Amino acid sequence: MLEINKANFDQEIKNSTGLVLVDFWAEWCGPCHMLSPTIEALATELAGKVKVGKINVELDPEIAGVFGVRGIPTVILFKNGQPVEQLVGVRNKIDYINAVNKHTAA
Amino acid sequence: MTESSPQNVLIIGSGPAGLTAAIYLARANLKPILLAGVQFGGQLMTTTLVENYPGFSEGIQGPALMAEMIKQAERFGTEIKYETVQSVDFSKKPFVVKANDTTYTSKSVILATGSTARTLGLESEQKYWGKGVSTCATCDGAFYRDRKVAVIGGGDSAMEEANFLTRFAETVYIIHRRDAFRASKIMQERIFSNPKIKVVWNSEVREIVGNEQVVTGLALFNSLTGETTTLDVDGVFLAIGHVPQTEFLKDAVDLDVHGYVVTPDDVHTSVEGVFVAGDVSDPVYKQAITAAGMGCKAAIRAERYLSENL
Repeated sequence: MLEINKANFDQEIKNSTGLVLVDFWAEWCGPCHMLSPTIEALATELAGKVKVGKINVELDPEIAGVFGVRGIPTVILFKNGQPVEQLVGVRNKIDYINAVNKHTAA
Repeated sequence: MTESSPQNVLIIGSGPAGLTAAIYLARANLKPILLAGVQFGGQLMTTTLVENYPGFSEGIQGPALMAEMIKQAERFGTEIKYETVQSVDFSKKPFVVKANDTTYTSKSVILATGSTARTLGLESEQKYWGKGVSTCATCDGAFYRDRKVAVIGGGDSAMEEANFLTRFAETVYIIHRRDAFRASKIMQERIFSNPKIKVVWNSEVREIVGNEQVVTGLALFNSLTGETTTLDVDGVFLAIGHVPQTEFLKDAVDLDVHGYVVTPDDVHTSVEGVFVAGDVSDPVYKQAITAAGMGCKAAIRAERYLSENL
């Protein structure tokens, strides 16, 4: 799984083209652990189509701050470096896939 | 995908009720399938130290307790599926349970879906969900280091959340609509002796105030003075109780006016062969230990039902 942090944020998200799905999480957060298997599954299913990564808000609180994330888990979908969807809480896999499909339609 | 032959027993829910039922049914060699949902582990997954579950003299972390229960259920042969149930059909036998990817049929079912945090029902609450409004202090408390936050509620969980939040926040307000808490004495004592906690009595949240990006305060109505004032806070944690997760059970089993599964004895539902356990049918006790106890009862009844109806 792609770990995103301050050092690689510009390269992996800000200056990237296409879709990046990012899971904001922390070790202390029970529901974040619930979401983990779903994010892993999305990384596999969407391989080649969407880049999937995680940001540990404990290690990188600044990035969460920039996007107004004050609740975790939060998943943000970026398109060409800009946030286009923000899903708060533990959702079903289909919700994330629907968000991705909404932004991949030609 | 539809499974071909019916299962003996499907358990819907993965909190203490569902997992205790699974342990008993697996040990009875009935090979239960437990549909855990995406929010597996239930409400204890968002708590910290559980001090009133017997057997742990120093307490145990909620997620650790659930991880142990899951391991225990799996050890005896429970098959756990991390799928969410979408709909059920209990009008014919075998019963049909539709999950995300699979449709199951089963000779018996145990409902143990628990409850979910109650919300205020305000538009502003939805708008700022995850942007200052939360139901999980253990998840989101760390975002409020040296800030001011409010906890809404007056029960044990409100006290616990408020106490936990003082690890990070500068000030924690407890907003309560009455002039006394219903929380246990030991929890109240901890609140009143904590210098970071301030209680705002007789007050109801009228609106969650924000700057379009994040929460900045609360509009509070004081029922004694009749005045509405604004309290500046950066975060709001809701601890105003729970509602049973029975949306998918409408028309399948009898529910009471509040949505709880109706049961004459903690175990049976209005459908023969469908059993119930835990908070989903319990508006009164709502404890991990009572849920576990009900899970055990439901499992024993399901086992008897299966042996009498083979």
